[in-house]
Amino acid sequence: MFYLTAITLGLALGALCLGIFISLRIFNFPDITADGSYTLGGVITAIGLVAGWGIVETLILATVAGMFAGTATGLIHTRMKLNSLLSGILVMTGLYSINLAILGRSNVPVPFDSASVFNFFHPFAERTYNELLTLLIIFALLVVFLTWLLKTDFGLSMRASGNNPNMARGFGVNANFIKVIGLAIANGFIAISGFLVVQLQGFADINMGVGIVILGLGAVIIGESLMNILGWTKMWVRIGGVVIGSVVFRLIISLVLSAGVDPIWIKLLTAVVVLVIVGIPGLIPSIGKRIKLE
Amino acid sequence: MLEIKGVSKYFYSGAGEKTTALSGVNLHLKKGSYTVIVGGNGSGKSTLLNLIAGNLDCDEGEILLDGRAIHKKPDYSRAKWVSRIFQDPAAGTAPDLTLVENFRLAAVRKDPKGLKLGINRGFRSEVALRLEQLELGLEKKLNSPVSQLSGGQRQAATLLMATFVKPDILLMDEPSAALDPKSARIVMQLAGDVIAEQGLTAILVTHQMTEAVKYGDRLLQFRDGRVIKDLDAAAKGKLEPGDLLKWFQQDLE
Repeated sequence: MFYLTAITLGLALGALCLGIFISLRIFNFPDITADGSYTLGGVITAIGLVAGWGIVETLILATVAGMFAGTATGLIHTRMKLNSLLSGILVMTGLYSINLAILGRSNVPVPFDSASVFNFFHPFAERTYNELLTLLIIFALLVVFLTWLLKTDFGLSMRASGNNPNMARGFGVNANFIKVIGLAIANGFIAISGFLVVQLQGFADINMGVGIVILGLGAVIIGESLMNILGWTKMWVRIGGVVIGSVVFRLIISLVLSAGVDPIWIKLLTAVVVLVIVGIPGLIPSIGKRIKLE
Repeated sequence: MLEIKGVSKYFYSGAGEKTTALSGVNLHLKKGSYTVIVGGNGSGKSTLLNLIAGNLDCDEGEILLDGRAIHKKPDYSRAKWVSRIFQDPAAGTAPDLTLVENFRLAAVRKDPKGLKLGINRGFRSEVALRLEQLELGLEKKLNSPVSQLSGGQRQAATLLMATFVKPDILLMDEPSAALDPKSARIVMQLAGDVIAEQGLTAILVTHQMTEAVKYGDRLLQFRDGRVIKDLDAAAKGKLEPGDLLKWFQQDLE
């Protein structure tokens, strides 16, 4: 049961990881906006559900808000030529106030009887199984959508813009514009995670996004390393692998917590796990070659 | 076709010192002509290509393509008309995209990139057919990331991509300089064939004297940002590689 909860949380954070995959892997853009846009998706969901909105309106509003955040980061980076990290930090910092203004106070519980994305499917008696089923369906849809998007002409332009911007421009792609769109899509995905997690845990908290970008980063790298070791390179497998990476990451953390580690150390632990994964290729080149990371 | 009218370009060092890369260059390229440009380093020939492609902006003058002023448009808009091949074989392709994905981008060079899945069986066989003619075995590598190809293979693919949709003008900036002699010959021969087949207007910048003599129907020599020699097809036909070497020695003196 304990691990099941970890898996559902890992899946709920899977959308965030897909968002980080888009910004980091497609555009080589380490996008710190995630901390703020994840919380933004969460606070809009909590306030919407408290106000009695339907689940579809809430989802759309949370996603669009996340996309605006990504657009802001993208415009600051491409128009004002600010460094990618700084652009993200600026928007993330600004979002903290916006999130607090929306939420009204630092923590808002979601009423038990409000609309929820987890109310649609309940074939099992156990609540966690139903949540797991709902999340699996959502992720099948998101993975299919993202795989399709990245294979369209638009998606090829996105990938080429991140991979070789000069070449992309040479074939008529406005690489800066497409980067802004890409960051908007990435942060839309990230806000969807906020939407899901708030319903899963039953409250929104102003600090729910602190350090979340590192979690996404770790998950993306775990997922990609797994797929690379297995030698699976198809696009949908890579994308699915990111969601699996998110689940694996949550399981590692649960495992450590269940071993009796004080939850105070959870952020440090997350940072160390990511550091170990990212650092291994630099320390041990033979493994680095196999998992092929920058 | 392509008109360069009084184009100048200056660069400024950190200390504000001004260097002239191009100084009031006037050129008229006829449709279907193949112009070869030679000149020492810093003579302005690569700057000219950068100005035509839009990687740099003119400080003075204008560039007209079929009477249309293109010098103020951003590089990605000029991609409708201008195709380019660089010295670095890695520059013209996206390494992590597969070969066929690279070709798909090339196929929609002039079009908006929408939500269409363009890589279908028909497109694959079309690309495979063109690649077969290279006889480099590339038709078997459609699904491989381009980073796995050799420099020569990448440059040959880049050339096919640049001309997959016929450009109004093809710019080649020392396309064979980074290749081994055999790959260099293949790529240059291929370029000559494609240009002749499609009747392209092309510019080749090169340091290889044999290439400069063998290819093209017009030869320009640049020095200090100016055109100092302009030979037509007849005059160019009489040249030997040795003559060009003498020009360069004069450059050094």
